[in-house]
Amino acid sequence: MINTDVAMVMGSNMVENHPIASKWLMRAKERGAVIINVDPRYTRTSSFADIYCKLRSGTDIAFVNGIINYALQNGLINKDYVLNYTNASFLISEKYSFHDGLFSGYDPGKRAYDKTNWAYDLDGTGNAKRDLTLQHPRCVYQLMKKHFERYDIDTVCKITGSPRAIYEKVCRTFTSTWAPNRVATWLYAMGTTQHTHGTQNIRTYAILQLLMGNVGLAGGGINAMRGESNVQGSTDMALLFHLLPGYLASPTKAEQSLEEYKTHFTPKTNDPKSANWWSNYPKYIVSLLKAWYGDKATSENDFCFNYIPKRSADYSHISLFETMYEGKLKGLFLFGQNPVVGGPNSNKERSALEKLDWMVAVDIFETDTSVFWKRPGVNPADIQTEVFLLPACSSVEKEGSVSNSGRWAQWRYKAVEPVGESASDLWIIDALHKSIKKEYATSGVFPEPIVNLNWNYGNGEEIYPHREPDVHMVAKEINGYFLEDKVVNDKQFKKGDQVPSFAFLHNDGSTCSGNWLYCNAYPGPEKENNNMARRIKEDAINGIGLYPQWAWAWPVNRRIIYNRASCDITGKPFDPKRWVVRWNETTGKWEGDVPDGPWPPADKYPFIMKPDGHAWLFAANLNDGPLPEHYEPLESPVDNFMSSQQNNPAIKLWHKVNPEGNAIGDVKKFPIIGTTYRVSEHWQAGAMSRNIPWLAELVPDVFVELGTDLAKQKNIENGNRVVIETARGSMEAYALVTRRFEPFQLNGSVVHEVGVIWHFGYNGLARGDSANLLTSHIGDANTMIPEYKAFLCDVYKKNGGVA
Amino acid sequence: MKISRRGFLGAAGASTLGGAITLIGLPKTAKAASVPEIKTVETTESTTICPYCGVGCGLIVSTREGKVINIEGDPDHPINEGSLCSKGMALFQVAVNERRLQKVKYRAPGSSEWEEKSWDWTLSEIAKRVKKTRDATFLKKEDDKIVNRTNGIACMGGASLDNEECYLLSKFARSVGITYLEHQARI
Repeated sequence: MINTDVAMVMGSNMVENHPIASKWLMRAKERGAVIINVDPRYTRTSSFADIYCKLRSGTDIAFVNGIINYALQNGLINKDYVLNYTNASFLISEKYSFHDGLFSGYDPGKRAYDKTNWAYDLDGTGNAKRDLTLQHPRCVYQLMKKHFERYDIDTVCKITGSPRAIYEKVCRTFTSTWAPNRVATWLYAMGTTQHTHGTQNIRTYAILQLLMGNVGLAGGGINAMRGESNVQGSTDMALLFHLLPGYLASPTKAEQSLEEYKTHFTPKTNDPKSANWWSNYPKYIVSLLKAWYGDKATSENDFCFNYIPKRSADYSHISLFETMYEGKLKGLFLFGQNPVVGGPNSNKERSALEKLDWMVAVDIFETDTSVFWKRPGVNPADIQTEVFLLPACSSVEKEGSVSNSGRWAQWRYKAVEPVGESASDLWIIDALHKSIKKEYATSGVFPEPIVNLNWNYGNGEEIYPHREPDVHMVAKEINGYFLEDKVVNDKQFKKGDQVPSFAFLHNDGSTCSGNWLYCNAYPGPEKENNNMARRIKEDAINGIGLYPQWAWAWPVNRRIIYNRASCDITGKPFDPKRWVVRWNETTGKWEGDVPDGPWPPADKYPFIMKPDGHAWLFAANLNDGPLPEHYEPLESPVDNFMSSQQNNPAIKLWHKVNPEGNAIGDVKKFPIIGTTYRVSEHWQAGAMSRNIPWLAELVPDVFVELGTDLAKQKNIENGNRVVIETARGSMEAYALVTRRFEPFQLNGSVVHEVGVIWHFGYNGLARGDSANLLTSHIGDANTMIPEYKAFLCDVYKKNGGVA
Repeated sequence: MKISRRGFLGAAGASTLGGAITLIGLPKTAKAASVPEIKTVETTESTTICPYCGVGCGLIVSTREGKVINIEGDPDHPINEGSLCSKGMALFQVAVNERRLQKVKYRAPGSSEWEEKSWDWTLSEIAKRVKKTRDATFLKKEDDKIVNRTNGIACMGGASLDNEECYLLSKFARSVGITYLEHQARI
């Protein structure tokens, strides 16, 4: 971050929520960087910024599409980068078209696209046809020019409500980084993702950064400011229905055998210059199966591939709670999650829990979710759910690693014994497995995946309090080891040796690795081989702050991914003053950061995870279109100015599928835009921070911020008790009347927006109404993340405004 | 990494020391009479990473006789260089807090209160519930295709767990046949 010239903070209030990261933003500013902040509200981050531009919640695509258009119309792009490293020159099928907010191939009945309409136009060798002059009308560059030209500055500002002069300044300042010796970084968080078009919001950032040539560079990239200490690692380890560890797909009903799985998910290329890294898929899945099923996994039995449950639907958060509400889920495990506060549409999710037979909640404090049966307004006698609340220990009472936003896996040590009878989650998961395995020892439906599970972490078969599994054995399994003696690249390995890196993994069952991305985190047998525990504070030779011997980053300790794109096609850095990697002609090797592969610069394209080796300006794999298009949030006070498609045409409309508890608000009754966010003093759903006396004292109750104009209209004064209401529910809060929210002028109409902090719930030391009583069950077309950030509401004084 | 304060200072090297830690390192005899006793003397120290957001700030935990005495920012850590936000600074109260759960609590159907239970009883009762639900809702085939999944059990959470815990949870959940496997990254 410190290496940047322009930092765009959009969809994140990082000074409030990631204060220590923002220290580096301040240092960049001290060195001359310009900070731009775009947000519906003037936040702590705005007060840090050189340029603050407001936008209405849910209009990021229009805002950034306008900057993309500004760059394309004025030729402000890094042409070398765009031509060589992106798919700008690729030709797209004649079947591709775009009209009135819809891409070709749309099926209104299924609310889905046939994406084959957006495929590349292939030549005789199976590779995409290219036009290196970028003039062909069907090349991505020309299709983009046509798509984005509709987003001129006036149109954008009518949608976003941004002041024209400031918006123009944002366009000018940001696109100045097209020059090879200038770079911008993009910092975002949940303000970007939590929309029905969240994925496409991020796509706009990626497209713009690629046009500028800012991906892979020091001070560049698009960076997610992650909100949990290990949400990076928990995702890497695939605590999500659609994944297996290391971003392998979880099998679907269509993959009846390992062979079918490999065929479906291993991408192919006919271009010898494409590294196509995912061609290693078979090695990673077989090594994973060997880690999970050990000796029981053999080539004869498909390495127990069919032990892994197969999906045939969407099982994501909203879907999970809709199913629970229907009474089809009987049991629920919760590990440090508090969904009655953090999940959308709290009234519905709280009612859904009542349908469970049993719940096992594991946490360090009593959470709001674990006491849902005695929440305000219910009679416990009416709720038949059994609840087991298991005491987990805190992070200083156990040992293990966490992965931060920059993919650094860092080791934590145990300072003291767990309090009382609390135990680490590791011990609890180990004990649960062993207890369930005992139940299945003699009978049960399909017991094999349980009784044959490879599970030996050094603490014996029996369960004893405080007899912990050996976390180092788990870390070594995640890294992987050889299962037989083997010679690889002239190097002799013995059975039991740790695998040095994922380049040594095999698809024949001779290696195991629980997560190929973490292969190299623990490449030797001893504790001093644990790379995640390293604390050597020396920078790399490029002096850009990589600290390669401090902890460890996936993959293979690469600190900046796609770093070969920081050089031109001869391997010379675009900006020699802050280079990341460079090709050394004398040694015939890359130097600096760990490169994205050892090949000489001209031999392979830099975007090695794409089958065609190029970054995708045009992405035919997304559910809602290959290029980002503005649609209104599901609940919006205005009509879509761009097309007759009011909302993202590819989202699932839960209020139509399951109307009960999923009401959608009308603008006449709910004319105000609502959004939610966090404060520095609290964390997520509050289960930790609202039980900490020091923090509870700092922010003891929930408040709603509203602008002075709106407050005047509604006769609300600062400190009044007010009600915020949506079609799903209502909550009470203290009014914070502020100029930080200003009304938006939208194509002739005036719209107000208010914001509520969402950390609060009915349990704990500091209590208050949950903002998610207001939000709805509606999700993004690709990720199904709920649209927390934009909804329709009304605000009024409660009983004359007194608490 | 268990190190004494003296050892820690030695390992850190004088050039990287911040002002605060130099002060802490003063020998007792050198202290002026007005300087209060520093609470981290004669403690054992270990390093940790903040459990709140994803920035990954380093902290030092000081313990004496098995109790946490102090937690503060790690001045050697390249990300935070000793500084912390309000939540990180309050980490001590996560470790030392009378509201922490210390025993298993159980709530029977229809009951209005918790009962304290032993681990033995709890684990065996949970295992019975899992088996009953799994066996009742397990689907081997759908449309004549193998699916091998447990439709009746969901598992959520994990963004505040360690990598090793997340990995075992991922493995454990799949062994039970769970496909309703979700956590904070989705929302």
